[in-house]
Order: sequence, then C-alpha cells, then structure tokens
Amino acid sequence: MHELGIVVRVIEQVEKVAEENKVEKVAKLTLEVGEVSSVVPDLFTDCFEWSKKKSKYLEDCELELIILEGISYCQDCKETYKTTEYAKQCPHCGSYNTYLVTGDEINIKNIEIVTE
Amino acid sequence: MEQIKVVEIKEDIRSRNNEQAQSIKDELKKKKVFFLNVMSSPGSGKTTLLVNLINRLKKDFRIGVIEADIDSDVDAYTVSEATGVKVIQIHTAGACHLTCQMSYEALCALGLDGLDFVILENIGNLVCPAEFDTGAAANMVLLSVPEGEDKPLKYPLMFEVADLVVVTKSDVQPAFDFSLERARENVGMRKTGVPVFFTSAIKDEGVDALENYLRKEINDYISR
Repeated sequence: MHELGIVVRVIEQVEKVAEENKVEKVAKLTLEVGEVSSVVPDLFTDCFEWSKKKSKYLEDCELELIILEGISYCQDCKETYKTTEYAKQCPHCGSYNTYLVTGDEINIKNIEIVTE
Repeated sequence: MEQIKVVEIKEDIRSRNNEQAQSIKDELKKKKVFFLNVMSSPGSGKTTLLVNLINRLKKDFRIGVIEADIDSDVDAYTVSEATGVKVIQIHTAGACHLTCQMSYEALCALGLDGLDFVILENIGNLVCPAEFDTGAAANMVLLSVPEGEDKPLKYPLMFEVADLVVVTKSDVQPAFDFSLERARENVGMRKTGVPVFFTSAIKDEGVDALENYLRKEINDYISR
C-alpha cells in the first residue's frame, strides 16, 4: 500500500515537464503499469483523483492506465510464459530457474498538454 | 486557439530510487563500509538477533546501526544499551517502507567516517521494503519459526531479493509445526543458492555459523 507515494512522485515528474514546456494545464496523463508491479490500479486511481486537486497543473487531468502483461523467461528450456498464471515455476519444464522479463514497470508514458 | 500537444516522457518512476541506490553503493564501496539491510515481519526477532550479532562482531568491526520504525525509539534504546555501538533512530512517519532517499539521509546522520559495518533494521513488513533498493550491499531476511515455513511462498519478492535468510526462534520449534527442510526448499524456489541459517538468539544457538558467514562477507567487502 504505497500507491499514494508513487502518485506523489508521478505528479512531481509531470509538473516538472509541464513547467519545462511552459504550460499551465495537463489534460491527460498516460501511465504504463506492469501486472506484477504491485501497483493496484483502483487504489492508484483513487490516490490520483485525490492528489490531483492539489496541483494547479493537474487538477483537470484525466488518467489512463495501460496494463502491461507479466512475462517470465525460463533459463533452462528458453521458453517464456505468463507470470500471473505460473509465477516462479516454468509450465513447460517445471524449472524454477526463471526470471521476469516484463511486467514490473511503472512508466510515465506521455502527457497531453494544452497550448494556446 | 487551444491545442492539445502530446509530450512523450517514457520514464520509469522507480528509476530515481535505483539511481540513488547505485550512488550509495558506489560511495560505500569507496569508503569501505559494508551496509546490511535487515528485513522481516514485525516481531520475528530482528532486534534480538542484531544485539547478539553486534556483541560478537563489535570487537573486530566498527559498527553503526540505523533503526527504522513508523514510530517510537524502543529499538534504538534496546540496541544502544545492550551493545554500546552507535545507533540512530529514524521515523518514516507512517510510511510502510524506506526509500533510498531516507536511507541516504540516515547514513549521513549516522556518519560513516570510522565505520566498517552499518546495519539497517528496516520496518517490519514483508511486502513494501522489498520493492525499494536501500543501497545496501546485502539483504538479510528473517523468518521466525512461529510464522511458518510457507512465508517464501506467500511473499515471493521479499525472498527473491534476499541474499541470506535467517530462521529465528529455533528454540520454540517443538511447539510449532515447522519444518526446516521445507523452509529451505521454499527459500530455494525463490532464489537458488541463498544460505539459510537456523538460530535462536536468546538461547545463543546456531548464531556461530551466521556470525562466521557475516565476518567473511564484511572482510571480503572492506578489503577489496
């Protein structure tokens, strides 16, 4: 439960970009969130909706979350599989010698800013 | 006329924490200070184990301790009184984990000059602390007998970031359905090759092996 802390960081970063671009309003923010990043999308959205009201740049900002699939790679049989279904154990060969390839991201993808 | 313009950012929100963690690691390496991050559930015996270990190691290493809690300074008092080493207490003011910024500020407050070994006793929590690199050279994760050997199955990430696992409270094993063998298997499922120690800090049992392991790790690190 640290969604609020992440929201605060995201807002700081976005405000910085808004300042650099000399705009006053951010219309939309798009984030890429991995399935196994431990961010809970609903909680994140709630925290964002609460926090954005305190930011002059983001108060009317719409939030879009793009969920990225969790994919793991097996170092023994060289196959990939869906992490949320099989976790650490490779479904192809049973090995635990696996690692996560994608799915733990929390990326700020882009923002839409309003220009005159 | 108002126009909408898309600005691509493509930045990982945790990248700042990771960069800062790397710079802490680089600096500690230069200063030859071994930094150990200790994590576990609340009440699994971090403080008791640390007091035992510090008293064994303080003759040979100059030790500093950072106690992190949401509130209170009971752990800092306990460690300070029982070992006499330098201890500072930090409060996260409600946060469930330490970020790299907090660990950096704590290291500055403790002061690294003249120290060989710094121990961070993280917030008791098996979830969030695992997600934030503190800049430590190694993560020591504790698992107490009453908690059960299935913890690595329930909290995967914590055991994936562990460099060593210490099973604590071995003296109460007869009262619990705890299998050390299964605990080792479960730890191994998360990460291969992680050493598992079986200890009772209160009865002073099994701590020798852990002490020797840490001695070697610290010596290897600071003599490099």
